[in-house]
Amino acid sequence: MSNTHSDTVAFVRDTMLPQQEPPSSSVGAVGWMRTNLFSGWFNTVLTIVSLGFIAFILYEILPWLISPTWDGTSLTNCREILAGLGDESGACWGVIRERWQQLMFGFYPSDLYWRPVLAFLLLLVAIAPLLFADYVSPKLIWFSMLYPFLAAWLLWGGAIWAPIFAILGFVVGFVVFRYGSKVILPALALAAGVVAAILWWTAIGPAIEAPLSAAIPIGIESVQSREFGGFMLSITIGVTAIMCSLPIGIVLALGRQSDLLLVKAICVGFIEFIRGVPLITLLFVASVLLNIFLPPGTNFDIILRVMIMVTLFAAAYMAEVIRGGLAALPKGQYEGADSLGLDYWQAQRLIIMPQALKISIPGIVSTFIGVFKDTTLVSIISMFDPIGLSNAIRADTAWNGVYWELFIFIGAVFFVFCFSMSRYSMYLERKLQTGHR
Amino acid sequence: MKKSVFFGAMTVAGLAAGAAAAGTLDDVKARGKLNCGVTTGLTGFAAPDANGEWAGFDVSVCRAVAAAVLGDASAVEFVPTTGKTRFTALASGEIDMLARNTTWTFSRDVDLKFTFVGVNYYDGQGFMVPKELGVSSAKELDGATVCIQTGTTTELNLADFFRANNISYEPVPIETNAEAQQQYLAGACDVYTTDASGLAATRATFEDPTAHVVLPEIVSKEPLGPLVRHGDDEWGDVVRWSLNAMIAAEELGVSSANVADMSASAGNNPEINRLLGTEGNLGEMLGLSADWAKNIIASVGNYGEVFEANIGESTPIGLARGLNAQWTDGGLLYTPPFR
Repeated sequence: MSNTHSDTVAFVRDTMLPQQEPPSSSVGAVGWMRTNLFSGWFNTVLTIVSLGFIAFILYEILPWLISPTWDGTSLTNCREILAGLGDESGACWGVIRERWQQLMFGFYPSDLYWRPVLAFLLLLVAIAPLLFADYVSPKLIWFSMLYPFLAAWLLWGGAIWAPIFAILGFVVGFVVFRYGSKVILPALALAAGVVAAILWWTAIGPAIEAPLSAAIPIGIESVQSREFGGFMLSITIGVTAIMCSLPIGIVLALGRQSDLLLVKAICVGFIEFIRGVPLITLLFVASVLLNIFLPPGTNFDIILRVMIMVTLFAAAYMAEVIRGGLAALPKGQYEGADSLGLDYWQAQRLIIMPQALKISIPGIVSTFIGVFKDTTLVSIISMFDPIGLSNAIRADTAWNGVYWELFIFIGAVFFVFCFSMSRYSMYLERKLQTGHR
Repeated sequence: MKKSVFFGAMTVAGLAAGAAAAGTLDDVKARGKLNCGVTTGLTGFAAPDANGEWAGFDVSVCRAVAAAVLGDASAVEFVPTTGKTRFTALASGEIDMLARNTTWTFSRDVDLKFTFVGVNYYDGQGFMVPKELGVSSAKELDGATVCIQTGTTTELNLADFFRANNISYEPVPIETNAEAQQQYLAGACDVYTTDASGLAATRATFEDPTAHVVLPEIVSKEPLGPLVRHGDDEWGDVVRWSLNAMIAAEELGVSSANVADMSASAGNNPEINRLLGTEGNLGEMLGLSADWAKNIIASVGNYGEVFEANIGESTPIGLARGLNAQWTDGGLLYTPPFR
C-alpha cells in the first residue's frame, strides 16, 4: 500500500520549507490599510469620501481654531490682532486666558485656590481603593471614609471642630448601635443609634462645639457657598451625587423587590415620583419653593439643597439600572444562595450584588456621566456653574459677543471628565469578565 | 460632609429665623453687609470681572445703598438672580433689595407685593435691522422675521405694535440674548427686538456696528428700577433716597471729585448742605448717619458719573442720556427736593 504511488510521484519533499515573511502588502501599515480601509471598491470609495470630509472640516475649522489671540484683552482687541495679520476671522482665545481660573473656581478667593485643588487631588487618593483595589493597600479605605469630611472642610473652611464633631456623631451612633444590639433587637438598636447621632449633631455637639471653638480656634478661612462656581461647583455637586446615589440606588432597588408591602410601596413611590418629574423642577423646588416654605431669613445652604436634589434624582435612576442587573440574574443564583443557608444580607453581599452590579456597570456609568453633565442645569437657578459663568463673562463689555470659544473650552473640559469615566468603566468590565461569554 | 453641613445649616436656620423679625435696615446694619439681588450678567448693568468683582449700572445702586447704610460701598453681597428666581429671592428675604433691570409694572408693584422705589433707567423696546435692508421705520417691517426672546413682555409688546399698525411678522423664538446675537448675525431673522439698551450693547459687539441700525420707534415703556418688599417702609425710604441722592447730586453739581470739598463745611447752597449733612438732620430722619449721601457720592459717584462709567457714550455700549437726562436738560430725572 505504502508503495502504491511511489512510481507516480517523482519527488517528495522530506523537510519543511523555512517560514517566509508574509507578503509586504498584508503586514504593517500597508496591510492594515488594505484590510481596514481599502478592502474592496465600495469601502475604498467610502474611505476616500470620509477622508475628504474630515479634511474639509479641518480645513474650515483649524484656521479659526489656531488663532494668535491668546493675549487679546477684549473682543475688539482680538479683532484688531486678527486684522493686523490679515485674517478674516479667528477664535478669540484671550477670553480663556483671562477667565479660565474663573471658569474653574468661580468666585473662590484666588489665594485659596490650593484648597479645592488639594481636595480634588485627595479625591483621587480617596477613590483609589474603590477603583483600583488591586493596586493599593486596603487600609486606604479609612482615608476614603474620612475624605467627605476633609473635603467639606477644605472647600468651605471654618473651624476644624465642625467636621470633627460631624465624624463624632457617626461614632456615637455606631457605638450606641453596637452595644444596643447586644441588649435589644438589632433594628431597635439601629434606630437608637440614628436617634443618638441626630441628638449629637443637633443638641449635644453644638453645645460643646461653641465654647470649644472659642477656646481653641483652630481653623481656616471660611468661604461662602455663593463664591463657589465653575467646574469646582460642577465637580462638587457631581461627585457628591455620584457617590451617594449608588448606595441609595442599591437600597431602593432591593426595596422595590422586597416582599414587605410598605417598603416596596415607599420605594416604588419614590422612584416613580422622582423619575416622573424633570430635574429642573426639583432644582426649582430646591431654590424657589423651599425659600418660600422655610421661615424668613433662613439660610439653608443652596449648594447643599441642590446636592440633595441631584442625589435623589440620580438615585432613582440608579435604582432602576440596578434593578435591571438584578432582573438579569437567573433565579438559580437566588436559590443557590438560599440552599447554602445564607441569610438575606449575606446572599445579597456575597452572591447577588457582585453579579448584578457587574451586569449593570455600563448603565451605572452612563447614569454617572449623565448626572455630571446635568449639573450644568443649576445655571437656571442662578448658580455660576461653567454655563452660568459663560453668560456672566459675556456680560462684560470686553467679551460681549464671545460665544464659541467659551463653549469649546467648557465642552473640552467636560469631555475629559466624561471620557475618563467611560474608559474606566470599560477597564472595569474587562477586569470583571469571568467568561460567561 | 452632607450630614454635617445639613445639620449645621438647620441649626443656623433655627437661629436666623428668630433674629429675622427686626426691620430690614436693622438687619443690614447688624449683618454689616447688604444682600443685593442683581442679574447673572447683563452688559453694562451687572457683570463680574476677572477677579469676581461686580460692576455695572444696577450694581452701583446696590453699592450706593451699602455706602449710605454702612458707609462702605464694598459691603455688598451680590446675589445673582435669573428672571425666574428674582422675585422669590426678594419675597423670601434672601435679598434685601433687587436691582436687576426690572420693569416697574402695575402687577409687580401691586399683585406681587413689592415696592418699586424709583426708576434708575428709562428703557423702551426697540428694533435693530441690518442697514442693507434699507428700512428706516419699524412700520416698514411688514412680513419680516423677528428674533424675539420668549416669555418676556417684549413678546407681547411686539404683537401689540404689529397689530396696531396692521402689519404682519414671523417670530423666531430664541431663549437668550447670546443666542439672539448669533441668530441675527447668521441671518436667521431680519429684525432683532429687545430693550433699546440691550440693542445698543449687542450692536457694539458686532464686527461692523455701522452695518446695523436701531430704528427710531420705541414701542414700549420700560421703567427699570430697584425694588424692595412691601411693608417695610423705613427700608424702602433708605433705598429710594439713596437713589434720589445720586440723581440730586448730579442736578446740584456735586460729584465724586468735589464732594470732599463741598462737605467739609456748609456752603451757600442750602439744598447741597442738607444733602451732604452739613445742615439739617436728614440722615437722622432716615436712621442713617449725617454723611450718608456724601458717602454715596464719594464712593459711587453721582447719577451722571455712574451712567457715563457704565453705559454712557464713552463706553462701548455708547448710550446717549436721552430720557435719562436731568429734567433741566429735557429728560425725565426729577427727584423730589431734599428738604
